[in-house]
Amino acid sequence: MIVNILVGIGIALFGFALQTSIGGINRKIVGRLQKRHGPRWYQEFIDIFKLLSKRGISHGWIYDFGVIMALGGIIATAMFMPLTVDIVAFKQFDNFFIFVYLLAVGMLGMAMSASGSGNPWASIGVMRALTTMLAYEVPFLIVALTIINVSDSSSLTAIQAFQQTAGNNWFIIALPLGGLVGVLSLMGMLGKKPFETYIAPAEIASGPMVEYGGKQLGMLFILHEISVFIEVSLFVHLFLGGASNIFIFLIKYFTVYTVVNLISNVNGRFKIDQVVKFFYKWPLLLAIIQAFIAIYLGWVI
Amino acid sequence: MKSTKFTPVPLTKAETDKKWWEIGDFFRRNSLWLLMYCTGCCAIELPPAMTSAYDMERLGMGPMATPRQADILLVSGYLSLKTLRRLIYTYEQMSEPRYVVALGSCPINGGIYHDSHAVINQLDQYIPVDVYVAGCMPNTEAVMNGFVDLMDQIKHKRANGWKKYHENYSWYKANQITSLGEVDVHDEFHE
Repeated sequence: MIVNILVGIGIALFGFALQTSIGGINRKIVGRLQKRHGPRWYQEFIDIFKLLSKRGISHGWIYDFGVIMALGGIIATAMFMPLTVDIVAFKQFDNFFIFVYLLAVGMLGMAMSASGSGNPWASIGVMRALTTMLAYEVPFLIVALTIINVSDSSSLTAIQAFQQTAGNNWFIIALPLGGLVGVLSLMGMLGKKPFETYIAPAEIASGPMVEYGGKQLGMLFILHEISVFIEVSLFVHLFLGGASNIFIFLIKYFTVYTVVNLISNVNGRFKIDQVVKFFYKWPLLLAIIQAFIAIYLGWVI
Repeated sequence: MKSTKFTPVPLTKAETDKKWWEIGDFFRRNSLWLLMYCTGCCAIELPPAMTSAYDMERLGMGPMATPRQADILLVSGYLSLKTLRRLIYTYEQMSEPRYVVALGSCPINGGIYHDSHAVINQLDQYIPVDVYVAGCMPNTEAVMNGFVDLMDQIKHKRANGWKKYHENYSWYKANQITSLGEVDVHDEFHE
């Protein structure tokens, strides 16, 4: 049991280090895209440690407690995440629904903390974040349920193993419409640019983060890195066949995050009603068609 | 014979704090986030500093949305009495350590607005300024050079404006009240 917990904390720390490095490399890639030199690859680490070294102020009990609760919730979620078929902290407990439920603890903790700061921009940002969540969760869940139906298991390791057995394709190929919905939902989850509505620095002054400074903002950055790790690994395991060893996982992870980031950087920003309308129009339609084709007609490539 | 055995010398609390502060200074000078308070024409020099021409992100700098998140308050241009009130509010909201960079000749001596009744002439009478970038308007190279100077000052522990503000708070406050009458910003919509 103690070994399992240590492995889980190791996975969370690994996820933090991985995502922070890849985030820095991606900032450099985006810099090159814009004909700039770009920052150093470890710039994100410097940013986080700088924020932790600054003097923060408190806006009250809810504000402080919410950040810690959100960070704890996200680390707890990351502890359950399998890295490969073999590296998983709690066997039997890597169910897809565990991530859906536990990820909400982090989001709601952040919402609570941001509302506790009392700034109206923070309330608007939280409202938009939850609305966006409601928008992308519905099509994503339909596709995920289709995958669970096809592979006959909701355990992430079993889903990976199903895709890796001979004769089965990765689900992004087996369910092409579902794969498209998966990419769109992933962009919504990561808050990448057409769906960046709840951060919107020029419009609502970075939304939920508006009153954060110093160590609380540092904790929010760590939370953000770990939640990106969870969401991207979830995509890798569900759609890209998981990984049989850690190097394949790293390659797939880097590819997914970079592609999503590149798509994000050539887009503008939607309004919040456009986000909801978009997700309830095309991805939802595609997801329902995909579920119908895969479950009732049994056409899986 | 001198022993080669390593004996750790116990540090006093002040020395330990100094060491931690030096480590913190490394992170702080390599990740300076700007809050741009652009009231005057010098703001036009900032887009080339941020985009591909001079690329301030390679120094780890970048614009931020709110005062709480920022490290540098970048004042570019003249300050009327009405904006000075907001500027003081913004400065006091920033989390410490905080630095002020004043761009152009208006915050130094009033610039071309030196005889206006509505504009203050010297910014450092009201809040402490760490780096001045002189010129009307300064070149983008000069702006970047100002940021590098600030990083150098942080490295050598000379960027102490925020400490000065604590030590001489009553002096700064008296100056603010003499010029502004009152520093409070009234909520014009709800009062």
